[in-house]
Formats: sequence, structure tokens, C-alpha cells
Amino acid sequence: MSKELIRLGDVSMVFDGEPVLDHIDLTINDHEFLTLLGPSGCGKTTTLRIIGGFQTPTSGDVYFDGQRINDLPPYRRKINTVFQKYALFPHLDVYDNIAFGLRVSKLPERSVDKRVMEILEIVSLRGFQNREVTSLSGGQQQRVAIARALVNQPKVLLLDEPLGALDMRLRKDMQNELKRIQQALEITFIYVTHDQEEALAMSDTVVVMDKGCIQQIGSPVSIYNEPKNAFVADFIGESNILDGVMREDFLVEFFGHRYRCLDKGFGKNEPVDVVIRPEDVDIIAPAENVLCGTVTNVIFKGTFYDTFVDVQGFTWLIQTTEFCPVGTRFGIQLDPDAIHVMKKSKYSEQFGDYSSYSDEYDELEADPEGGADEE
Amino acid sequence: MKRFSKIFTVIVFVFLYLPMLVLAAASFNKGSDVGAFTGFTFQQYGALFKDHTLLPLLRNSIITAVLAAVISTILGTMAAVGIFNMNKRPKAIAMAITNVPMTNPDIVTGVSLALLFAFAGTLMRKNGVMGFWTLLIAHITFDMPYVILSVMPKLTQMDPDLQEAALDLGCTPIQAFFRVVIHEIMPGILSGALMAFTMSLDDFVISYFVYGPNFVTLPVEIYNYTKKPLQPKIYALFTLLFLVILALMVIMNLLQNRDNLRRQAGRGRGRA
Amino acid sequence: MKNRFLAGPYLLWMAVFTLIPLGIVVYYAFTDSITGAFTLENLAKIGIYLPIFFRSMGLAAIACVICLIIGYPVAWCIAKASPSRRRLLSMLVMLPMCMSFLLRTLAWVALLEDTGIVNQALGAIGLGPLPLVRNNGAVILGMVYNYLPYMITPLYTVIMKIDPKLEEAAQDLGCSGGQVFRRVTLPLSIPGIVSGITMVFVPAVSTFYISQKLGGTGTVLIGDVIESQFKTAYNPNLGAALSLILMLMVLICVGIMNHFSSDEDLGEELVVQ
Repeated sequence: MSKELIRLGDVSMVFDGEPVLDHIDLTINDHEFLTLLGPSGCGKTTTLRIIGGFQTPTSGDVYFDGQRINDLPPYRRKINTVFQKYALFPHLDVYDNIAFGLRVSKLPERSVDKRVMEILEIVSLRGFQNREVTSLSGGQQQRVAIARALVNQPKVLLLDEPLGALDMRLRKDMQNELKRIQQALEITFIYVTHDQEEALAMSDTVVVMDKGCIQQIGSPVSIYNEPKNAFVADFIGESNILDGVMREDFLVEFFGHRYRCLDKGFGKNEPVDVVIRPEDVDIIAPAENVLCGTVTNVIFKGTFYDTFVDVQGFTWLIQTTEFCPVGTRFGIQLDPDAIHVMKKSKYSEQFGDYSSYSDEYDELEADPEGGADEE
Repeated sequence: MKRFSKIFTVIVFVFLYLPMLVLAAASFNKGSDVGAFTGFTFQQYGALFKDHTLLPLLRNSIITAVLAAVISTILGTMAAVGIFNMNKRPKAIAMAITNVPMTNPDIVTGVSLALLFAFAGTLMRKNGVMGFWTLLIAHITFDMPYVILSVMPKLTQMDPDLQEAALDLGCTPIQAFFRVVIHEIMPGILSGALMAFTMSLDDFVISYFVYGPNFVTLPVEIYNYTKKPLQPKIYALFTLLFLVILALMVIMNLLQNRDNLRRQAGRGRGRA
Repeated sequence: MKNRFLAGPYLLWMAVFTLIPLGIVVYYAFTDSITGAFTLENLAKIGIYLPIFFRSMGLAAIACVICLIIGYPVAWCIAKASPSRRRLLSMLVMLPMCMSFLLRTLAWVALLEDTGIVNQALGAIGLGPLPLVRNNGAVILGMVYNYLPYMITPLYTVIMKIDPKLEEAAQDLGCSGGQVFRRVTLPLSIPGIVSGITMVFVPAVSTFYISQKLGGTGTVLIGDVIESQFKTAYNPNLGAALSLILMLMVLICVGIMNHFSSDEDLGEELVVQ
């Protein structure tokens, strides 16, 4: 893409003896839309706050445009932030909120006015300049917060779960809106969220974090298709994660059956994690030398069914377009590109079995997938 | 239950206000005995305004209260912000120190300050250290904790992101305080200042131990008076002060009502 | 951030004008008034004043209990009133605290003395005169009257903060009105009770004006003794020793009271409306 703008070099953060960030290395390019994705407490917000200058890392360096900025206070950084709950100044109206940063930097009032009006246009809030911020709806407050940050023409915009307080439909609208603004203004966005769908939909680059460590960095497609470990596979989308053994290059064995796959470079007979996405499974008639399972539960999801299948005591989630009632027995067919093989990690065995379906969903807490049941 | 407690509340308010009513009535009394109302007159008020001993004392009281309130509000607000930003341990210690004058009996505070000033006086080889400055210092000392305790909850309630947003938008910490934080904690600062002022204006116990003969406040003089028969014009002064404080409180109440209404309106519309 | 240093001037001030003076009190308490040498004599004299200490504590404790019994229903009533009336009533409770307590106490003398207003009224219906003043009862009345607002204010603040849904939940779970009060409202108002008792007890136990005006020769309180050591008897060392004991006593009482409540910041209920 383009040149490097921000770099975190071996950054660690410790709060009261608790490590929050564990030796993070991260490079962010100019004009990039980068998302820090992970469950709560994974260190994503801390990473954002370090970039914003609100926290100083315990060790490691932060570079901006090649210069070390560890000790540069937030007000000297060409970075602005959209806060989670907007943090609009309640004593100022929409116009004065947006003009705040420009006035602090002593811009002549005429230029302030021009820039405020321009940005109001961009965030579709023309005519709202004299409204009290407390009288605005959540979505409108959100736009003011974005305008207040963008009007300062920062090199980087930091967004800390900016859509978290909005309802579902508004979120989708604002996702598109944010992406549009980012592309129109060509500003680097660093976006923090725990919503994997949001991350996949908006980002150029996704950084998956857990327990203060970066688990994987990549484009949304590569993260989804080639998760590096069981955590990423489980956190991004739905995954059946199976114990397997790599017999040789392009040949993996699990549940006593051997399958062709596209992965190579593992040791001979190396134990591995195998990821199978629920939508990649084909159902065929049961037969002698085919892996078979029995349906234990079915949930209608609108365009497809979530079908839970017991396979040798391990519960798979399979998404099917046709309805298979509980008790149906069928065979499972897997194409080579449906199988993704990963090295064993500390996350192995923790994820991937759908026998305790509801618990799994709890763990993903505010994940909008959890809300899908109600729709 | 409800009816009983309502009637009971009315009785308690009568109990609280009866003595003040007696004093107000005494201010219109022709005779000087509070217990015997001999006729209605405004003459006590006339005497009050011609008086050259009471009004300067009132002036002293007001000067002390205003200065003490202003200084303690500034120092106290600074302190509240500082303490708020401390880590857990130092914060606990600072709050414990703040609680010392609040839990200590006033008489002990007064006595201890009197001993300190006397001690400082002997160090400076100076007689009669007690006066305006000792009084002012004592008042600031007992006022500051009230300011801190009334500003602190506003800081806790404030969205911490607001200050960071100001820094993010280019404010230095000092600019952030004056442009953003102070607006958020203003109700706390005002009620702290008001409380400091009223505490100072009416303080007797502590003032009694640290005042000097050259600078006497009204409560101290009333105490000294009451060893002799009380002049009826003091009742007139009391009644006037009562009206002033009542007016102040009503104004504060109205301001608060307006503030609350505005907040509620903001929240209501924000949700729609 | 660095702005915690803003507390510097305040902490310095408090060190010089609160902590050091208390140190001086301790110093005086342990030194002889004439020679300035170390002595335990001042503290040894406490024995003589012990009955006065006990009287002070007893009267203050009774005043506390009466304040609580009178104050709780009033606080409850204010807390349950509509918001505008609530503000008005709480203002009316606070207002007397701002008025000269010396004059208000004197007004009670005018009301209660043998030829006072109450006895005149009683005389009109053929009763009295009753000895209403210069006794323990009058001193307790003065304490209750002066410090009742300090009880009502924290109580009302705490009761107001109790989520009405909790009381509804208790009713839902089968509590009668009285049980709701005993099992939910009262336990949740304990911080206010503790705060109120502290704020009544501390000034009541150390008062000297109320006892001088409303009390008689038999109702000398420890505050009177301390005051006289500084103002008439000129024995600051004995006064300091008595102050020290008074301070420790209050500290112990407050400590015991706080044991019942996790609320650390005393007086916050009074300040925050």
C-alpha cells in the first residue's frame, strides 16, 4: 500500500502489576483503515490510548512519521479521537463543540467558520450547528463527535468502539458512512471494536488481539479464510475446530478419515488443529467409508438452518439450506478448500466444539451474532 | 403512616422555626424584654442603621467570610482536582486529612489553632498575634474541607473522556481545565463556596479562640454581649440576616431547579 | 498526570494549620504550665473531670438518640416528597444552620425561663410556672434543637438515594409495609444514620454555649471546662490535656460508629445535596 505512518515497537503495558499489553509490534500505514479486534480486556483500547497519547507504555517505543513520540502529550499529536461515549462538551452547542479544536489552536474566526460548515456538510449535519448537543439523538451525537475530530484535519483518527451505543440498524448505516468518510478524506483510521462483523466489513487490515498479544494481522479475507490459531478461527465467524494429524503434505486425518487439503509444510504425523467453517460442509447420503453424524438440534436462521450434528461424540455446527429434522443421519463431505489446517497453540482444545452451544455465545458477549436469535 | 409522618414533619418545622419567630417578633417589640411584647415598632431597625458598633462588626464578619470563602474555594478546588488525580494510597491519606477538621470538635480545632498562633507569636517575639490574619487563616482552614467534599463528587460524576477529549483537541491540561472541566464541576464549586461563606459568617466557636480585640466578628461579639443584657437592635439585625439568607437560598434553589430541568429536557430529547 | 500536585498548597496548609496544631496540643498536654518541663500531671487531673466527661457524653448521646427518632420520619417524609417540594423542604432544614446559633439559643431561654413565653402561656391556663430551664432537660433540648438539621440532612440524602424499585421488590416478595421498612429501607439508610449521629454527637459533646445558657450549675460540660482554661483560668496546659482526651474520645466514638458503615467520607452527605 503506502508508506508507514505509525509503528509500535515492542510495546508493553503493565497496570498495577497486571500485564495488559505483552510486547506488541505493529505497523500502521498512511491512509489505512486498520481495526483492532478482540474481546474485552484484550488490550485493544490500551493500544489505542497509547497511540493517542493518553497512556505511556511501560516499555517499548511509539513512532509517528519516523519520530519517537512516547513522551509527546496528546495535545501535540496530529491525532484525534472519537470517544466511545462521544465525550461531547455539554456546555457547548454543536457548532462550538466542532470549533473547539480550531479555536484552541487560535485559527482566525473566519476560517473556523468555513471549516466547521464544511465538516457539517460532510457528516450530513447541516442546519444543526446551533443545537444543544444534549438534544441530539445518539446517531447525531456520533456525527458531531466525528466532525469535531475531523475538522482538525488530523493525520490519524482513532475510534474507540464508536458505534457501540447505537442500535443495530444505525450501526450498519454508520459503518458505511465511516468508510465513505475515510475514503473521501484519505485519513488513516484506527478503529477499535469487539464486533468481528464490523471489523470485516470496514477494514483494510484487521489486527486480532487477545490477552494483550496480537494473534494475527491481515486483510479481512485472509483472517477469515486462514486463521492462524483456534482463537482467531473461533472469534472470527463460526468454526468447527477438530483435532487432526497431518499425515503428509496435502493430506490430513481426523475422526479416522483421511482428507485431501491445501496445506503443507507440517511435520510428518504432526498433531494439528483443523478448522471447518459451518457453511463449507456438504451433506451426502450416509455410506460405509464416509464420516457420518446424527442431527441433535436445528435452529432456523432465515436464509439457512444452524444444524447441530453429533459426530463420534463431537458436536459440529453445519449450516444447511435444507431442513434436516432431529435424528436424521447423514454423511459429511469436505472439499480440499473447505479444510484449513493450523499449528497447535495454547488455544487448542478451548474452542470449536458446539456441544455447549449457548455458553459459546455467552463468551462472545456483545457479539451481534448473539442478537441474531431475536431477529 | 404517611399522614402521621406529614403532621410530625410540620411539628418539627415549627420546633425549628419557633425560636427564630420569637427573635423576629422581638425585633418589632417596643420593650426590650423578649418575653413581653409591649407594642409594635420599627424603631429597632432605625437604631440598627444609626448604630456604630454593630455594623462594623457585621462588616468584619462579611469581610472574613468573603475572603475565606474565595481563598478556600480556589485552594479547595485545586486540591480536589489534585486529590482526584492521585493514586489510591495518597488519595486515602489526603481524604483522611480532609476529614480531620470535619470530625474534630470545633473547640479542639479552635484551641489547637490558638496554641499554634500563640506559639508562633512567642517565636516572633510579638505580643497580641491574634487578629484579622489569625481569624482568616482559621476560617480558611475549616472552610477548605467543605469545598473539597462538595467539588469531589462532581469530579467523580464527570465523564473522564471529556478532559481527554479536550487534550485530544489540542488543549494543554490547564486549558482543558478552564475550557471544559470547570464547567462540569461548577455546581460543586458554587455550592462549596456558598457553604464556606455561610460557615464562616456564622462561625463562633473557632473564631472565639483566635480573634483579637482589634478585629471582632459579629458572633463573637454577640457571645460577649450576652454576658450583659442584649440590645434589641441585634434582633433587627438577625431578622434582616435571616431574610438575606432566605433570599440567597431561594435563588440557589431556583438556579438548581432550572439546571435540573434543563438536564432532564436534554436527556429526554436525546433519547427520542 | 501531573495535576495531582495541585493538591500541594492545600496539603501544606493542612499540615501547618491542622496537623502541627494538634501536635502542639499534645505537647502542651504533656508539659508543665510554668516550668515547661515534661509532666503527666495535666493528664492525671483528668480524674477530677471524669464525671463531667461522662455527663457530656451522656447528654450528647441522649440528644443523638432523640435527634435520630425525630429526624428519621422527617427525613423520610422529605425524601418521599415531589422533587420541587423536596428541594424546598431540605432548604428549610438547612436554613437554621446558617443563622446565628447563639441568638437562637437565647430565644429558647426567652421561651423557657420562669417568666418566659411558655410559662406565661401555661399561667394563662392556670398551670406552672414550671422549671423548664437550667437543667439537663433544657441542655438536651438545646442540643437537639441546634443539631437536628445535621441529623436530617444526611438521612434524607441517603434515603433519597435508595432505589424505590428495591422497596417495590421487597413488597413483591411478600413484605408488608413495616417489613419493607425494617428489612430494606432501614438497613440501606445506615450510612446516613452513622453520618448523622457523628455530626450531632461531635458538636454536642464539645459544646459550651448551650450549657452556659440553658444549663445550670449542675450541668457544666467538658466544653465549658476547656473554654475556661483558655479564657478565664489561663491554664492552657490543662486545657490542652482535656482537649486531647476529648479528641481521643470523639475519635473512638466516630471509629466505632464508622464500623457500622462502609462510608468513609464523613460529612459528604451533608455537603452534597
